[in-house]
Amino acid sequence: MKFWRLLIFPAWMTLMWSSVALAQDAPPTPLPVTDDQVNALARDMYCPVCENTPLDVCPTKACAEWRELIRDKLADGWSEQQIRAYFVDRFGDRVLAEPPPRGLNWLIYIMPPLAFLAGAYILFRAFKSWTAPASEPVVKDADSEADKSDPYLDRLEEELRKP
Amino acid sequence: MEQENLTDTQKPERSRPRWGRILAWAGLAALLFLLLLGLINAQKGQMKVGEKAPAFTLTTFDGRVINSEDLRGKVVVLNIWASWCKPCEQEAADLEAAWRYYEPDGSVVFLGVAWTDTDKKSFEYLDKFQITYPNGPDLGTKIYHAFRATGVPETYIIDRNGILTHVKISPFRSVEEIRQVVDAAMER
Repeated sequence: MKFWRLLIFPAWMTLMWSSVALAQDAPPTPLPVTDDQVNALARDMYCPVCENTPLDVCPTKACAEWRELIRDKLADGWSEQQIRAYFVDRFGDRVLAEPPPRGLNWLIYIMPPLAFLAGAYILFRAFKSWTAPASEPVVKDADSEADKSDPYLDRLEEELRKP
Repeated sequence: MEQENLTDTQKPERSRPRWGRILAWAGLAALLFLLLLGLINAQKGQMKVGEKAPAFTLTTFDGRVINSEDLRGKVVVLNIWASWCKPCEQEAADLEAAWRYYEPDGSVVFLGVAWTDTDKKSFEYLDKFQITYPNGPDLGTKIYHAFRATGVPETYIIDRNGILTHVKISPFRSVEEIRQVVDAAMER
């Protein structure tokens, strides 16, 4: 009995080792890619052929081919970042819904907050100018022309004081 | 102490920061300038015969880099196409036939530019029509925009001096039509 056990154990080990080796030699199977995975990337991309229509819903043949390209790249194990970079290199910045912040593209990111700040500043100045006369201290100057007696005004005030 | 005794109106007026205004106006002027440039570019429309052809670089599917400056002295037929474009298929065989006619002479270069196309589909298209003249992807759609193209197919005939002699905004109908415009460019 012991003799058989001694034979079975090495045979079992050999079998296990060969199965591992077979698994290692097998070609890598492509990863299954779902439509959701493709569309998750495609919805932030635009094909130059049909501007303003996101790639995930565009019905043209060109866009269908682009979606297939995304599927192929995902199946090959490419990351989303790598796929986006590939599309930008191949078809230009305009394929992205959000252009990368470089060169003139910076204007898209800088102008809205700058315009907001400029608007806020203009409003601040306007409000300040409306309230300024009331808050400024009135300085009386005896020699100022405003306080010089005007016979017409004196008479007018005198008339008004009369019952 | 003297300063403290002064009333509010007597205090010297603080100089306002003028650089802020200058910067704001300069920024606004720069933005308007950019908008103007964009508008001028948009108003240019399609390229016209007699204009100087824009410089371009085409990296072919087999890795060759073709620079337009190196093609001076030759007539260039630049065809912009896409595999998904049905009208492009109408002229594909005629362009190849015309290329085979001019190829032995060596004074005419045919170039194909695949616009917004995937490599896989481009290869299928080139195989289908047995196209042998150099073809490559329009990387970054730069060639398409340089020629201010408006769709596919579009073909530009450029003479030996780099001047545009013919613009075809639709498929060629026959080999004769292609030969007619290429011959005209060669005679210039």
